[in-house]
Amino acid sequence: MKKAALALAVLSAVATAPVLAQSSRDYISIVGSSTVYPFATVVAEQFGKATKFKTPKIESTGSGGGIKLFCAGVGVQHPDITNASRAIKKSELEQCATNGVKDVVEVKIGYDGLSVAESKAGKDMKLTRRDLFLALAKQVPNPNGTQTLVDNPYKTWKDVNAALPAIKIEVLGPPPTSGTRDAFVELVMDEGCDTFDFIKAMKKADKKAYKATCQTIREDGGYVEAGENDNLIVQKLEANPTALGIFGFSFLDQNRDKVRGLSIEGVQPEFETISNGSYPVSRPLFFYVKKAHVAVIPGMKEYLGEFISKKAMGEEGYLAERGLIPLPKDEYATVSKRVTALDVMK
Amino acid sequence: MTNPSNAQPGGATSFARIQAGMAKRRAAERRFKMLGRLAVSVGLLFLSVLLFSIVSKGYTAFWQTQMRIDVTLLADEIDPEGTRNAETLRKADYSSLIKQSMRDMFPEVSGRRDKFALYGLVSNGAAFDLRDKVMADPSLIGTKVSLWVPADDDVDMLMKGHIDRDAAEGDRRIKDNTLGWIDRLKAEDRLELRFNIDFFTKGDSRDPELAGIRGALMGTIFTLIVTLSLSFPLGVAAAVYLEEFAPKNRWTDLIEVNINNLAAVPSIVFGLLGLAVFINVFGLPRSAPLLGGLVLTLMTLPTIIIASRAALKSVPPSIRDAALGIGASPMQATLYHVIPLALPGMLTGTIIGMAQALGETAPLLMIGMVAFIADVPQGVFDPSTALPVQIYLWADSPERAYVERTSAAIMVLLAFLALMNLVAVLLRKRFERRW
Repeated sequence: MKKAALALAVLSAVATAPVLAQSSRDYISIVGSSTVYPFATVVAEQFGKATKFKTPKIESTGSGGGIKLFCAGVGVQHPDITNASRAIKKSELEQCATNGVKDVVEVKIGYDGLSVAESKAGKDMKLTRRDLFLALAKQVPNPNGTQTLVDNPYKTWKDVNAALPAIKIEVLGPPPTSGTRDAFVELVMDEGCDTFDFIKAMKKADKKAYKATCQTIREDGGYVEAGENDNLIVQKLEANPTALGIFGFSFLDQNRDKVRGLSIEGVQPEFETISNGSYPVSRPLFFYVKKAHVAVIPGMKEYLGEFISKKAMGEEGYLAERGLIPLPKDEYATVSKRVTALDVMK
Repeated sequence: MTNPSNAQPGGATSFARIQAGMAKRRAAERRFKMLGRLAVSVGLLFLSVLLFSIVSKGYTAFWQTQMRIDVTLLADEIDPEGTRNAETLRKADYSSLIKQSMRDMFPEVSGRRDKFALYGLVSNGAAFDLRDKVMADPSLIGTKVSLWVPADDDVDMLMKGHIDRDAAEGDRRIKDNTLGWIDRLKAEDRLELRFNIDFFTKGDSRDPELAGIRGALMGTIFTLIVTLSLSFPLGVAAAVYLEEFAPKNRWTDLIEVNINNLAAVPSIVFGLLGLAVFINVFGLPRSAPLLGGLVLTLMTLPTIIIASRAALKSVPPSIRDAALGIGASPMQATLYHVIPLALPGMLTGTIIGMAQALGETAPLLMIGMVAFIADVPQGVFDPSTALPVQIYLWADSPERAYVERTSAAIMVLLAFLALMNLVAVLLRKRFERRW
């Protein structure tokens, strides 16, 4: 009977499908990164209120998932735009092209800082990327100076670097599924890794081993996967003054009364330091547009116009208010020109 | 047995043995009861802690700080040509009028940065409120109007005490000069906590002070309507056939095992099925309540079938025999006698299934209902989200004002659930029959 019931359900869907299958869509469909989501949604809402078009629908699927959906094909059932907290990969573009999505416009919207933060009651450590690598990697160079790798022996920050206080290493961060984690690994762990010459040499000789060494995070309790919810990490830091947390800059900015950003290589995570590039842990954010849809879906041109306008993406635009680090002036000019002309990626 | 003098040989000793064990048995009885009470009270304790934490965090969201501003609706700014054309009125720059009104209130504020902070006291939504007011009544142009608009979420948080004003200036989102302005506005009775109607009438927004639950609520209602209207008839029909008509053989056994298994399948699997079948094969629109309803129907069907079959089983066979005995056909006996008696149980099962569907997010993730959707859906084809998804999205937003909104949304969800259960209880009361 289960089958009969299922068959009935499917049958009723079949009967109505020709009527329901989308032949046109009067709203923009956007997918992609959860990091870009808080910014894209602000633009979408502003756009929906100020124009006669419907408010775009934005799904938070993660960068990789978004690109996959985006590249599935051309047509109203596929999304028009995908947000990404990293640049699209060559393999993904090829995938796109084989599915008929040949013309893709890349729009770089700004930067996002990653902050390492602690409770206000914490000790205000001055960290370097090398310290973070040594504290968090699964395998680290042997402390006795030989060029071999051992399982991470460090229990406290003082073990890592004598200048740091003797506090237990406990870092709350995102799980491997998160784009924030990818960025952290790439921007902090890899860089910290490269401060050891013999590991750096591995990069050429054995790329796989290099990656395994630099990008594997310890699993013995020093690094605690705290879920995708950054608000939760902030709450946990408040309760535990000796723990550190890793999250996006906008969460630090919103919770300055509860947590403090730690300086990395002597630079505090601030709006200004991220935008001028002196704060080392920041990444660019993008979105990608299907050119074939621009003429078909109502409001696409206007949405793009709203996004790249000065009042949104500019230095004092409303996105900056939300914690997006704006592009430097000349870069902004190039992006804005490229979007207006809809120059596709080669 | 109770009279020891009549006891058989050896009875006296066994009575004594029973007597001796009595205290122990009574103690065991008491312990057992205590254990039960303890279990119930632990459950109640957790429930009350949960409710307390939700209500205490969330009740403030039902109030919203509003600010009274006096805006001069300059005809030159809004409609310089005097055509009163709707498109012209829509496109006019109302935010500059509001900025002007803020400058009028605080003429001493100068400098770019300070002015920005000043403009930031009012929500971004104020300009749209003003626009709607002007478009509804263009004769206001040229006059000075006084209206209440939502204040910025930071001001709201300060008014509700979620921002500590004694913290060092660098640690607060509201700086000292802004604090001064807010105090002055308060003294002039221009700031007031008012009942937050917008929360119930508007869709989602990235400005917490403008965000409402209506979009998600409508999405949930549409989804559940689709689910109910598909899964109840299908589920009941399946249960009636299996219980009353189907022959008992290997095939029906197999089907029964499958239904029981299906009831225990993680809900995300149904989401994947929905993605593969409804979107990829039939091309239904992503994110639509219709699609959500179809997926949740698949999920709730087994629950409803199992509960309905149990309800049918509990109808005494004498009812069937009596009906058949006076000449009713099996269909008549089932339709007019058995089903009405089993209906309360079927309804209970349906409500349990619907309550499960109400709380689901995992299958919705796969079919694109976890999304930012600002417009309130008007039908089952419009993109929409659902209450639990809205809770998840707000819980994940950086702005602090979303914390109370998250809890308020949970309260709305719980209220919705309580309402559904109430309907179930009432229906059951109405149809229930005892033997």
